[in-house]
Amino acid sequence: MGMTMTQKILAAHAGLEDVTAGQLINAKLDLVHGNDITTPVAINEFEKAGFTEVFDKDKVSIVLDHFVPNKDIKSAQQSKQCRLFAGAQNVTHFYDVGTMGIEHALLPEQGVVGAGDCVIGADSHTCTYGALGAFSTGVGSTDMAAGMASGYAWFKVPSAIQVVLTGSLPERVSGKDVILHLIGMIGVDGALYKSLEFTGEGAHSLSMDDRFCICNMAIEAGAKNGIFPVDDKAIAYMEGRTERPYTIYEADEDAVYDQVIEINLSELVPTVSYPHLPENTHPASDGSEIKIDQIVIGSCTNGRMEDMEAAYEILNGKKIAPWVRGIIIPATMEVFKECIKRGYATAFIDSGCIISTPTCGPCLGGYMGILAEGERCVSTTNRNFVGRMGHVKSEVYLASPATAAASALTGYITDPRTVNKEN
Amino acid sequence: MEARGTVFKYGDNVDTDVIIPARYLNSQDAKELAAHAMEDIDAEYVKKVQPGDIMVAGWNFGCGSSREHAPLVIKTSGASVVIAKSFARIFYRNSINIGLPIMECEEAADAIASGDVVSVNFDTGTIVDETTGQTFQAQPFPEFIQKMISAGGLMNSIKENR
Repeated sequence: MGMTMTQKILAAHAGLEDVTAGQLINAKLDLVHGNDITTPVAINEFEKAGFTEVFDKDKVSIVLDHFVPNKDIKSAQQSKQCRLFAGAQNVTHFYDVGTMGIEHALLPEQGVVGAGDCVIGADSHTCTYGALGAFSTGVGSTDMAAGMASGYAWFKVPSAIQVVLTGSLPERVSGKDVILHLIGMIGVDGALYKSLEFTGEGAHSLSMDDRFCICNMAIEAGAKNGIFPVDDKAIAYMEGRTERPYTIYEADEDAVYDQVIEINLSELVPTVSYPHLPENTHPASDGSEIKIDQIVIGSCTNGRMEDMEAAYEILNGKKIAPWVRGIIIPATMEVFKECIKRGYATAFIDSGCIISTPTCGPCLGGYMGILAEGERCVSTTNRNFVGRMGHVKSEVYLASPATAAASALTGYITDPRTVNKEN
Repeated sequence: MEARGTVFKYGDNVDTDVIIPARYLNSQDAKELAAHAMEDIDAEYVKKVQPGDIMVAGWNFGCGSSREHAPLVIKTSGASVVIAKSFARIFYRNSINIGLPIMECEEAADAIASGDVVSVNFDTGTIVDETTGQTFQAQPFPEFIQKMISAGGLMNSIKENR
């Protein structure tokens, strides 16, 4: 029986000829990752169990990104604990204020992850690196501790849903609309314990930033991982970023899938997930009565360069509605610098938005854009659960950067295809 | 191993943001965090929960973030077990890793009501609703996971294999 792309990677890392869905395996890890919230707990577990040395200092990454620059004394203590551990262990891929970015934008950008890798990260959005043709999945802090100690993790080999993409995206429709549409179709547990394997000619038409965004939110459908085939675009992305050799795996022709879903990209429209689940999807054009108080453009889902371009195209030369607070957060220092270089930063500020250095802050209701009771935000982040961005009676509407920018201009949820077309 | 307690019942897709809101994650102190367990969907939970009490929920319990603080606050709050129709995969791993017993049982999750007194036998997977007299059978853990649990969690089993 043939294997899926994910199963091929797992078999190789478990030293097995083949694996089948449901099989429990122990897989060798190419990277064990954590952030400033999950790493302190992992360090405690690591030390409590009596371990003194990580299995490979080049295969551990720690990125301080959730609450930095630190929002308060407690978060400063957590960052300090990570910093001291990374220093003592001589962790190669440690990113602190100045070099940090939002982890899942940063690690691919810096070439820390690549095709064929087997990666665990103590952050649920670790599934992002599937865009590069890696197996990567989110775990908890104890799994991170065990990974740092042993270089291995146990997995139940997942079955898969094949998502066949056809056509190509229309103007102002992006990867975010693809993944929101898919989650709307299958629900927040539609891919529970499974892989989402994207394929088809439409998959190759997507940019790398779109693929990162799509794989990033695989977890929002309950998936273990999301993954794209490695094509010329993926190879071009990796070139110059890493000297580490990468391996290209392909699904077998006769691989078995639990389900096959076809999505014609050409038919997709700007999509918004209403509170309080990512599966509550609606066309953006239906939201014109919904008045908003804030927009956030950023996060590990949508803080990359193309996201900034989409926002710039709509905001440049315009003013956001006076009652809207516009918060734009480039996901890495490279993206931030490029926004300055290209004049986007000036355009964003002139439009009435603010720009922050990279942080996960508002996405998880940490800081930098907390909502008050009754407030509504159109956000390019990934979750709209109760209380996710602040007060339990606030509301988060998930959307693409183009939709968030268009909504900022009008002050209501807005289809980006209807605004500022002359730019 | 057995547990017995009063049921706190919740719906589908109970997410980690309501189990423990991220605004408190600048701390890793289990007791401090547990004071906020479930507060965004049930402010009464921490006031009412007694050691041994049982949480029952629908599909996809623990969806969302990978924060291990979520099963940790449920355990620290005093709950002895979570019974649900299904669990989100990271929450499932985390619960086993930190030693929070969890059980998948669709029938029990449907039939058991809030406030019922329920007893659970972890070894046999039997769930008894003492209030209604109904008995249910949960899916047993795979042997691999049972071994990890009896070794005292993931870190201990890694140590044993070192």
